[in-house]
Amino acid sequence: MLLGPSLALSAILFSLGVAGVLLRRNVIVLFMCIELMLNAVNLSFIALAQVHGVGGQVFVFFVMTVAAAEAAVGLAIILAIFRHAETVDLQNINLLRG
Amino acid sequence: MTETVFYVFAGMAVLSAVLCILQRNPVAAVLWLVSTMLALAGIYVLLGARFIGAIQVLVYAGAVMVLFLFVIMLLNLGHARPDIRGWPTWVVGAALLAVLVANLLVLRRYSPERVALEYSRSVEFADPRLVFPEARPSLAAADTNVVHGVAAPMFQTWLVPFEITSVLLLAAIVGAVVLAKRRI
Repeated sequence: MLLGPSLALSAILFSLGVAGVLLRRNVIVLFMCIELMLNAVNLSFIALAQVHGVGGQVFVFFVMTVAAAEAAVGLAIILAIFRHAETVDLQNINLLRG
Repeated sequence: MTETVFYVFAGMAVLSAVLCILQRNPVAAVLWLVSTMLALAGIYVLLGARFIGAIQVLVYAGAVMVLFLFVIMLLNLGHARPDIRGWPTWVVGAALLAVLVANLLVLRRYSPERVALEYSRSVEFADPRLVFPEARPSLAAADTNVVHGVAAPMFQTWLVPFEITSVLLLAAIVGAVVLAKRRI
């Protein structure tokens, strides 16, 4: 069953994703950390699907679709920003600062 | 045996995730993230979600990560400067993370019996199989008939969300092309 350990692992992986978003300045690595957080949530869906029926697995499917769409659009945005600013470092991307 | 394999995969996932967020080179970070996702696919199989495990390897470790590698290659980021923030961020981040981990680890105490108890507000119905009756048969189906177990609810119960997802994918395709193209 392993419900408790799975949820704990999911919590740890999600926190590691948040840590990456806080600590890194490279936009692409930031993006990867968001993927890591999505994966952690997927793990908790799968773990709870053991108890509450296969609907959790179907939801993971939808989360994966949204993550793929998000990766495609986000990486396109990063490409557009890189073309404009020649950098992927968040410190140098401050177009919206007044 | 299952528990041992689970903890091996879990250790692999956490270790790869830590290395992923501490790696200076983005290519190495992507490869460590792939390792995390493969470990998670193994855990999905252990938890009885074989189809999702296969999809995880195909879609995440395969397609999405290759997309990341392509963008890194396109932007020529192989030798990036160190980009990890200084110690004030580390202090704030560590404090925030401690709160977050403590918050999320409470989830570990989740048990279907207790939820069923609160759900039904009655001691007699504390058996989760009585409160969540549809769980067992559909899971048994997912275990013996791997694809059918996931596909049947998706195309029956969740047909409308599935169709809406296709609209989302279309919007994402158009958006990505418009954003990435220099001149339309």
